[in-house]
Amino acid sequence: MTFLHNIGLYIIMLQKMFQKPTKWKVMKELILKDTEDTVINSLGIISFVSFFIGGVITIQLALSTTGSFYPNYLVGYATRETIILEFAPTIISIIMAGKVGSFITSSIGSMRVTEQIDALEVMGINSINYLIFPKVIALLLYPFLISIAMFLGILGGMGACVYGGYSTMSDFIEGIQTDFIPFHMIYAFIKTFVFAFILATVPSFHGYYMKGGALEVGKASTTSFIWTCVTIIIFNFLITQMLLG
Amino acid sequence: MISVKNLKKSFDNNPILKGISCDFEKGKTSLIIGQTGSGKTVFLKCLLGLHKYEEGEIIFDNNNLESMNDLEKMTLKSNIGTVFQGSALFDSMNIEENVMFPLKMFKEMPFDEMQDRVNIVLKRVELLNSNKKMPSEASGGMQKRVAIARAIVNEPKYLFCDEPNSGLDPKTAIVIDNLINEITQEQNITTIINSHDMNSVMEIGEKIVFLKNGNLEWVGSKKDIFKTKNKAVTDFVYSSELYKKVRKMYLKS
Repeated sequence: MTFLHNIGLYIIMLQKMFQKPTKWKVMKELILKDTEDTVINSLGIISFVSFFIGGVITIQLALSTTGSFYPNYLVGYATRETIILEFAPTIISIIMAGKVGSFITSSIGSMRVTEQIDALEVMGINSINYLIFPKVIALLLYPFLISIAMFLGILGGMGACVYGGYSTMSDFIEGIQTDFIPFHMIYAFIKTFVFAFILATVPSFHGYYMKGGALEVGKASTTSFIWTCVTIIIFNFLITQMLLG
Repeated sequence: MISVKNLKKSFDNNPILKGISCDFEKGKTSLIIGQTGSGKTVFLKCLLGLHKYEEGEIIFDNNNLESMNDLEKMTLKSNIGTVFQGSALFDSMNIEENVMFPLKMFKEMPFDEMQDRVNIVLKRVELLNSNKKMPSEASGGMQKRVAIARAIVNEPKYLFCDEPNSGLDPKTAIVIDNLINEITQEQNITTIINSHDMNSVMEIGEKIVFLKNGNLEWVGSKKDIFKTKNKAVTDFVYSSELYKKVRKMYLKS
């Protein structure tokens, strides 16, 4: 019952997000601030994780595909497919659920606890539009982050492969170019847009409707991370089945 | 003026407000007092539109809250200033931005004009030269002043304060009380303060509304409170030895 109640509440929240919009002059500032908080401030960690995980993926692929049976370009090909199809859009989104998601939940939750949301409501401001809509718009730039993750993941893989002595640069590049299907990029970016919406709204929901004090803000952040991950994984499956299945 | 008629509110079939009726006059500071759990906060939240009530009427200067459309409610809310118990300052904004916030949201005026208005209001609450401080850098008393400045910057018709001096030392508490009272008289606004601080009652209670178990138990002024024979009021107000002595002395004189 609680689960159904929460789904209903989430849908109502989405509906209210588009009602009674905040003045554009104020909204513009909020979008810029949220872009900095959610996208720009995540560049460092995403770049770091992508580069090194790209390297690890490549080393593991190279070690498990040794022998004359496999073509030399296979490592580059498999690295590209793994990073574009799954690592960059999905795994990075799960990392973002931890970083950005818990930030969103705790910041909105703290506002709830300290009556700042009540203060907005009393002034006649649509607090859902004011707090959540700019995050949704800011995360429209999320595909930009994922593009960087894709690029750096492949670059990290190339570095690990070539400098680790698993393959030559030309073989790796040949692998990257082999059987490239442009639709896979479209698929990855469709997923990214859906995940961006989930990343903005699910943690916001948990922060906005939380009850209690400081301890509950921490609990809400944990719950929000779990539900954001679950939602991302379910939608990952559904989108993959619909677009590639 | 705000008129409340037969206001009823319950949570999960548990009645919290059991039909409260009273008027709050313009230019006067009215205090709602009562023990914890008497329904003061729920009553204030009903007036602010944060809680929906089941029965009754709340009338803001001949405009019934229930019959207002969304636009009218928005206009009404832009005429309400609120000081929350914990100040509720936006912690991502500095003091100046906090005070400027209602102007940015509701007024179409150039930035310089807004800044002038903010400085006037900050001067009024004796907080000039603190514009760039963040709320976390301000003391409790300063935060309350900022909250008052933010509440009055839009020149509201109504001012609601939920325990504005809770957590403050007695001296600062009296300063905050007097500040609210002075602003009420200067700007001729309807002010309602939720409090269980007896110093506030004695200092600025032009009209005192005493709630008990969700009922309106007693209404009067700070002078009336010395003479009242209502046991619930005297038990509550004169619970300390000091106030008992003060009352005795007042009645003797």
